[in-house]
Amino acid sequence: MSGPALHLAVELDGDGAHPAAWRRAAHSPDQLLTPRRVARVAAVAENAGFTLITLDDGVLPPGSSPDPVGRIGAVERAAFVAASTSTIGIAPVVPVTYAEPFHVSSQLASLDHISAGRAGWVVTEEELLGAARAWGREPVDGAEARARESRDGVTVARALWDSWEDDAVVRSVATSRYLDRDRLHYVDFTGETYAVKGPAIVPRPPQGQLVVLGRPERVPAGLLDVALVGGRDVAGVATAAAGAGTPRVFAEVEVALDTPDATGAERVADLERHAPWTDRGRLRHVGPAEQLVSLLAELSRHVDGVRLRPLVLDEDLPVLSRLVLPALSERRLVARPLPGTSLRSTLGLERPANRFAAPAALEEAR
Amino acid sequence: MTRTDPLDVPRPDARLHFGVFFQGVNHWTVWSAPESGSQIDPASFRRVAQTAERGLFDAFFLGEGLRLREVDGRIHDLDVAGRPDAVTQLAALAAVTRRIGLVSTSNSTYNEPADLARRLSGLDLLSEGRAGWNVVTTDNAWTGANFRRGGYLDHADRYRRAEEFLTVARALWDGWEDGAVAGSAGAPAWSRPGAVHRVRHRGPQFDVDLAPTLPRSPQGHPVIFQAGDSGDGRDFAARNADVIFSAHGGDFDDALAFAEDIRRRLRAVGRPEDDLRILPGTEIIIGATEEEAEEKKRWVRLQQVTPATALGIAGLLWGIDLSDRDADGPLPKEDPVVTENDGSFGSRRVADPRQVVDRWRAEAQAHGWSLRETVIALGPQRGHVGTPSGLADKFAHYARHGAVDGFNITPYLIPEGLDDIVDLLVPELQERGVYRTGYTGTTLREHLGLREPLTHRSAADRRQAG
Repeated sequence: MSGPALHLAVELDGDGAHPAAWRRAAHSPDQLLTPRRVARVAAVAENAGFTLITLDDGVLPPGSSPDPVGRIGAVERAAFVAASTSTIGIAPVVPVTYAEPFHVSSQLASLDHISAGRAGWVVTEEELLGAARAWGREPVDGAEARARESRDGVTVARALWDSWEDDAVVRSVATSRYLDRDRLHYVDFTGETYAVKGPAIVPRPPQGQLVVLGRPERVPAGLLDVALVGGRDVAGVATAAAGAGTPRVFAEVEVALDTPDATGAERVADLERHAPWTDRGRLRHVGPAEQLVSLLAELSRHVDGVRLRPLVLDEDLPVLSRLVLPALSERRLVARPLPGTSLRSTLGLERPANRFAAPAALEEAR
Repeated sequence: MTRTDPLDVPRPDARLHFGVFFQGVNHWTVWSAPESGSQIDPASFRRVAQTAERGLFDAFFLGEGLRLREVDGRIHDLDVAGRPDAVTQLAALAAVTRRIGLVSTSNSTYNEPADLARRLSGLDLLSEGRAGWNVVTTDNAWTGANFRRGGYLDHADRYRRAEEFLTVARALWDGWEDGAVAGSAGAPAWSRPGAVHRVRHRGPQFDVDLAPTLPRSPQGHPVIFQAGDSGDGRDFAARNADVIFSAHGGDFDDALAFAEDIRRRLRAVGRPEDDLRILPGTEIIIGATEEEAEEKKRWVRLQQVTPATALGIAGLLWGIDLSDRDADGPLPKEDPVVTENDGSFGSRRVADPRQVVDRWRAEAQAHGWSLRETVIALGPQRGHVGTPSGLADKFAHYARHGAVDGFNITPYLIPEGLDDIVDLLVPELQERGVYRTGYTGTTLREHLGLREPLTHRSAADRRQAG
């Protein structure tokens, strides 16, 4: 594959990966939900040269009751960030366990238009029963049922993105037609739990299809562009990557870096006094920046990218920005996205042909 | 119109509030002109919103349609179509505007409160108190075909669901006490224990139990818009809305009658009669002289009502496919057919087409009009045409007599259709003292001069209102 050896994504939800990250943030809690904060943290990631921002989400507030932490919806944050950045990719987390696939498809297509083709989608699941009670729906119970909803939701969204051919808006003054209705398609999806007619109400996204990211054990590989894989060490990541079966694979890496004020270990210990940093079976690097650079260099032999989950954004992002990305760039392991480039192109993924247009094109060639 | 003494009118201090409605659908948007821009490029939305903000508008407004329009089972292909999800687009505009309100049309039938109320809250926070929600209802199965539940709702229940939706949404927006979020990183918890209240609601439409995820914005709640025109719709607005986006702005007497009807309904539910703003949707066509304005109107109508569109509009009236007829020829000789309404665009037909057709025939005969000319003259109408000063006099008169509180303006050209309104009309209105010369507040609620959200009023306020 051409392009850099490694793509770097960073998860920017809240104040960091640790549930108590807000205690070490450089701002007070009541500044978290302000537009300044949302724009600033994205600008830092863009200026550092990351390929992609992800924004975690779910219908339930993060932080356990009775101490919830506020969170603006990921799609809204992503749209706001898209309008205040210019090159970085932006992928909100959107579970379709309960959400309407038609709405999700429209929102994400809109995000791709707003960002001029820099949008992605991280597919996750609503696992807690509380999510069903929030939505006012029957629980989607069990891993199998949740996987079915994800599979159907992604299938529907992808079909809707193709339901407008790229040139469906013809603006033919001669025939008075704004649209060519032959280039619009009903998706006629029928799954086990619902049906969707289509076509979309939003024209085809600039990328044709957004970059879809997810865990390959939860979403069929054929529906993913990028697998997000865990693994506690490089060997574990390598094994997971080898079996992913997706065009690209990103490893999940949690980081707590040494800063001028405290070591990573000290910072973790400080936060552990308040809450545990749950082990989710991911690679975790706690220590100096140089070791992270070496680790990422090693990972670049097994995966196409890494999603970093910094312990505390306000502490780890500056170190990533000042030490880690420059060192990787020096070794030509990473490259910042080029202006005017879609996320797909940055990742070396082709712009997909439209499934509905294909038969017509074939017929013509016959 | 002669200029009246501003003190000799019912509302000498009235100020007009302008919104701009970026429609993205229907034949009022001219797509055939060289200057017709993209309906989906973010630059179009930014340009219109920033122009409106330069013109000190209260709000930028997006519509919503959850299914592409169809006529006789085929996708309607004559008009602009294909628009972004409203809340998503508005969240992007929040980053590139400073003051203007951002209003999303969102459906209460095919959304759930936990999701939509949260999305609107997020928009409200990202814009620091500039969000609005235009509550629309749908019940038809035709739209439902795009959603999990299908067409589950009875027509009679659509406002009941909307009202219950609002009840849950307001509870969610009120779920965080003021000052619930800690002001320093040294606080014992991110949010003050006990300051975030779960919302448990069990009603005919919703059975939910959840913790709200967001504190209130500087304006308390998103501003509620409503556009329904039926008796049920007007009562719903009187009970729930902050702003009515009405269809009664083209004629002074009609506008005043509508406004008085709404004020009656407000009093009946115990709200002060100035508790709600009435902003009719309107098109505004401006020329340097009356003749130039009329000339421009003629051009606009010919772009809007193409021969195919004329046949389409007449086809809806007649209830038959007229697409193979000659728009420049006479009116169809057939009698109109009354067809069943399935909710699609093509089934939105007149209740008594016979009566309308008889009138069209009589007028066409009297003036020697073709079908297209008849549709232009008698078809769906809206809007004001004139010079900047003439329109300013007219609008000042409307406002000072309590017929409107402003207008939600639908530009016929995207993205530059607001330019002459902002550059030519707004200064004339300012000169007459009927339009702001600067934003005095930062939130949409402040721009509109609205009171606190309905659920924040004290019992004393409510008694006073009664």
